[in-house]
Amino acid sequence: MIASRTERVLGYLLLSVAVIVTVLPLVSMFSAALQPADRNPTGLTWPTDPQWGNFATAFETGHVWQLMGSSMLIVLGVVPASLIAATLAGFALGSLQVRFGRAVLVFFILGLTIPFEALIIPLYYQAQSLGTVNTPWAVIFPLIGLYMPFGVFWMRAHFINVPRELSEAARVDGASLWREFRSIQLPLAMPALSALAILLFIWTWNQFLLPVVLIADPLQRTVAGALTFFQGQYSLSIPLLNAGALIIITPAVVLFLIFQRQFIRALVQGAVKG
Amino acid sequence: MTDRAVAAVAAPRPDGTAAATTAPPRRAAAKAAARRGTLAGWLLLVPALAAYVSFVVWPLIQGVQYSFYDWNGIGVARWVGVDNYFTVFTDPDLLGAIRNAFVLIAFFTIIPVGAGLVLATLIRGLRSKAFAASAQTVLFLPQIIPLAAAGIAWSWMYAQTGAVNQILGWLGLGWITRPWLADYGTALPAVGLIGSWVLTGLCTVLLLTGLGKIDVSLYEAVRLDGAGWWREFFTITLPGLRQEIAVLVTVTVIAALSSFDIIYTSTQGGPGRATLVPGLSIFRIGFTQSDVGLASAFGIVLMVLVLVVVLPIQRLSRASDS
Repeated sequence: MIASRTERVLGYLLLSVAVIVTVLPLVSMFSAALQPADRNPTGLTWPTDPQWGNFATAFETGHVWQLMGSSMLIVLGVVPASLIAATLAGFALGSLQVRFGRAVLVFFILGLTIPFEALIIPLYYQAQSLGTVNTPWAVIFPLIGLYMPFGVFWMRAHFINVPRELSEAARVDGASLWREFRSIQLPLAMPALSALAILLFIWTWNQFLLPVVLIADPLQRTVAGALTFFQGQYSLSIPLLNAGALIIITPAVVLFLIFQRQFIRALVQGAVKG
Repeated sequence: MTDRAVAAVAAPRPDGTAAATTAPPRRAAAKAAARRGTLAGWLLLVPALAAYVSFVVWPLIQGVQYSFYDWNGIGVARWVGVDNYFTVFTDPDLLGAIRNAFVLIAFFTIIPVGAGLVLATLIRGLRSKAFAASAQTVLFLPQIIPLAAAGIAWSWMYAQTGAVNQILGWLGLGWITRPWLADYGTALPAVGLIGSWVLTGLCTVLLLTGLGKIDVSLYEAVRLDGAGWWREFFTITLPGLRQEIAVLVTVTVIAALSSFDIIYTSTQGGPGRATLVPGLSIFRIGFTQSDVGLASAFGIVLMVLVLVVVLPIQRLSRASDS
């Protein structure tokens, strides 16, 4: 592309500003986290005597191990079950000619526009009558349902793009439907599946409303839900609050930096596929 | 929000793919497939449908039912008809929450999509692919951290001794510094800008993908015509991105109308009710004031609001397609 020099310089400049603004809040958290825990910190300053111990304190008093454990438990409850159900349904709607399949698809897609906030009241009373309130199940069950419209839509979009000839060939070779699914379709679906797995992991990990409402003990919530606990715990110490929040967001950020290609592609594909 | 964001990214064109990709069927094979497919297909759908119906559709029906009752969650429920809906549309606090949600659209939708357009065009024009890639990664970062954490990070940024005031001081703008989230006049825009921060990366990356699909020769042609950045943007870039823009507007509008996490951890709706939004109202009315009927009615109203705003965007983007 032919671009003039001024345009290029201006471009780099604007982009750099955007990048700086994006990382600024995280840097400011970091600088606050390193200031003395018992004093009101000031904005962006590299403290003369950085208190690395704040991270240890926040880790300890924030019961971070326990938090990560309960978050992981919820993730392990939500993600595999969602993946299995969404893959089976996506295969049915994408590869098989299911009668009324179209109506089922529309039925699922309607669920994409429902804000969680609109369902939270009935979900609470449902959990109460199921006896799951204050247990991980109170969050796990609804999340599986709430993610299902997207999961089904996503997997169907994959399966519908698999060439028909493949399953016809399998059939000619005498493969059963199950065999075809296991040996041909599933391996081909792996990229779509792993992208969905990444998305569901991060959404569950970051889920805030459901755990806050449905689990009273903050230490049994997801990591994001536990942030309210940090706010209560460290209401008197901004450095410790920031240290705690930073610890909390680090695993997801690290995961993102490792898998960022898959991550961004996954999110963008969601839009392109339709 | 990210979850809903992506869910809705996917939502807009649910029915486009089927017709386009099905190969012309050989009749016998198609019939056999249909026979083979239907029963097994329905069996495969059972787990997904069960989860969806049990934990989305059924609660939704329950919510509609609750909304017609006066119920404190424990005692006897009393039928009140549409009284709760009447309250939603007359109570100044609740109306204020709805109004705030619509104000947030400016920050969750207009700013991120606008900034995304500029940033995506800039990134596309970069010579340095390494810089382009890393800029993209960094801009996307806010999508990964919990919204609740964004609320905490920014409430510290906006604090009296926080970075925002500090930077304003450096710029010689010390006279406008204030605790931004505690000021009635600035709290809502300040909260809104947190949303802009979160969503700009998503918009940039998606628009960048859209740009990749625009024919490069169009750009060369318009440049040969002597057009500058500005005209190139309006004659080629913007029209070519219509579809992506429609998707992003849908996603971000839903995020604006159903914002909760950011508000909860940054302002709790305050000062006063300056940043109260429907999600937070539902939470408070339902769980603090134990007015289950009213909270449910507000939940249903929120859902309908989202539909009313989002469906016309869908229709528009589809119409502009054909």
